[in-house]
Amino acid sequence: MLRLDDVTKEFRIGAFGGKSVTAVREVSFEVVPGEVVSLIGESGSGKSTIGRMILGLNPVTRGSITFDGRPVRAGKEYYRHIQGIFQDPFSSFNPVFKADRVYNMIKEAYYPAVPRAEWAERVEAALRDVRLNPGQVLGKYPHQLSGGQLQRLLIARALLLDIKLLVADEITSMLDASTRIDVLNLLAELKARGLGVLYITHDLSLGTYLAERTVVLRRGSVVEMGLTGRVFGDPLHPYTRELLSAVPRMNQAWDDATPVDSCVHHERGASGALIEAEPGHFVACARLDTCP
Amino acid sequence: MSLQVSELRVYYRTLKGEVRALDGMTFELGDGEILGLVGESGCGKSTLGKSLIRMDGRMRHVGGTVVLDGQELPIGDDRAMNDFRFREVSLIPQYAMSALNPTRKLRKMVTELLRSRGSAVDTAELERRMDQVGLPREVLDRYPIELSGGMKQRMVMVISTLLDPSLLIADEVTSALDVSTQKAVARALLGFRESGYVKSMIFVTHDIALTHHIADTIMVMYAGRLAEKAPADVIVKAPRHPYTKLLLDSLPEVGVRYADRRLEGIPGSPPSLLDPPTGCRFRARCPIAGDECAQDPPVAELAPDHHVACWKA
Repeated sequence: MLRLDDVTKEFRIGAFGGKSVTAVREVSFEVVPGEVVSLIGESGSGKSTIGRMILGLNPVTRGSITFDGRPVRAGKEYYRHIQGIFQDPFSSFNPVFKADRVYNMIKEAYYPAVPRAEWAERVEAALRDVRLNPGQVLGKYPHQLSGGQLQRLLIARALLLDIKLLVADEITSMLDASTRIDVLNLLAELKARGLGVLYITHDLSLGTYLAERTVVLRRGSVVEMGLTGRVFGDPLHPYTRELLSAVPRMNQAWDDATPVDSCVHHERGASGALIEAEPGHFVACARLDTCP
Repeated sequence: MSLQVSELRVYYRTLKGEVRALDGMTFELGDGEILGLVGESGCGKSTLGKSLIRMDGRMRHVGGTVVLDGQELPIGDDRAMNDFRFREVSLIPQYAMSALNPTRKLRKMVTELLRSRGSAVDTAELERRMDQVGLPREVLDRYPIELSGGMKQRMVMVISTLLDPSLLIADEVTSALDVSTQKAVARALLGFRESGYVKSMIFVTHDIALTHHIADTIMVMYAGRLAEKAPADVIVKAPRHPYTKLLLDSLPEVGVRYADRRLEGIPGSPPSLLDPPTGCRFRARCPIAGDECAQDPPVAELAPDHHVACWKA
């Protein structure tokens, strides 16, 4: 459905744009319907840039992003199928308008012919789909609602469209532990209905909870990708191992993995090409055979 | 005992009335103890942290006392507290990113800050502490904008503990960091205690797994009150309060998959503290609530150092 081929993004920096930084380097992966792919990396790894490129908010420098075989063209038709939700629900809404105004905007732009009464029914159905009580959220201002409710309003907005792919960029980072899991469970239900989700996060435990496949990014390049169970059950790349060992876990002491910088290969700053270590499990490490 | 808080009540003034953000908190903190403070948003954990160092204009000290090293802190008196801030009680704010003056190089900022407290900079000591948290010395001659989030966070940690405070309040210091930086920051905090830069610490967070790694004791708060307080291992392995249990059950861990084991959030949301319900405040969301819960549950010590406020525990 969504396909990235050797996508590279360079940003011009400096006073006259004289220098450039490569934020994303030759990234390729695919998201198919009914699948959650999580994109994991630390700050600055380019994960949000990838999300923004898929949403057409930033142009691609090289490579191609195609959706159902067609290249990204930001516009009404494209956003009918692809929607993005971002980290801070409070800045996604205009604070002086009632929160449900976003639904009217969808109606005006996409479904002007739908009668008002029918639209109201659709909105209520979408709200129930995201487990919100329409009476509790309609007609409220953003500050009167909780972060979890606002994120769910945005998911409901996406459901009103003919949506096929949801780009979820850190959507649960600002939420409480107790509501975070509800939003994740909701994504899992949408997945079962055939929606593809690109789940961008720096939190490994949240990323692994839902995703069938995981893409681990480091400094703009893919270091490892494959089935989530394989990538985190048997990590091959030293960076994935380091990430995994840094996650605080209950009932288990923090163990020290060999830091990735002590790896001879990575010290030189080179990143290997992706090798298929086992079917569907790719890793970018040239020293895989000699790695302990 | 390093810190003794008894019956602390702090309310927020709002147009609609008083929000009882802290409603009778009593707890103690030993010398060299790290206390992890957890709970959902709006349960009063940040308010507690703030009350111990500086109340903002909307907060009002209604009752209760705070005793630090045998001396009562005048927490309601903004000016009198000035003698204690930074020297006795210090804070690492939630957004260290915005805690540094963007127009000063760090060396100048530290000098000015210490001068305002009547101390001179001991450069050797400052550099030693920077080494300890893994910051290169050149950082002092840079502007805050030139540092990464994790570096700024560690710089703020070094600065706020320069005068060896007795109590350090770390408010959500790792929330904005990614896992590997988070680990470095958490380790640095532990190092501060071992080196004696701080005596005791209150670590406010919503990440229970992280707290378990660095705290000796974990205190769970709910709606402005203490729900449960026990040694970190006990809270994680044998919690008694239903809220603690539900909170632990809602945490995803690496390896837990939706397909294998479905986690559940806690239904409902914390009560409004504008007009808090009578009796146990968790009653409306509690799966095992009974008739006795209409009465306020007392904080009982079920086992040594294990305090629980629940009738059913």
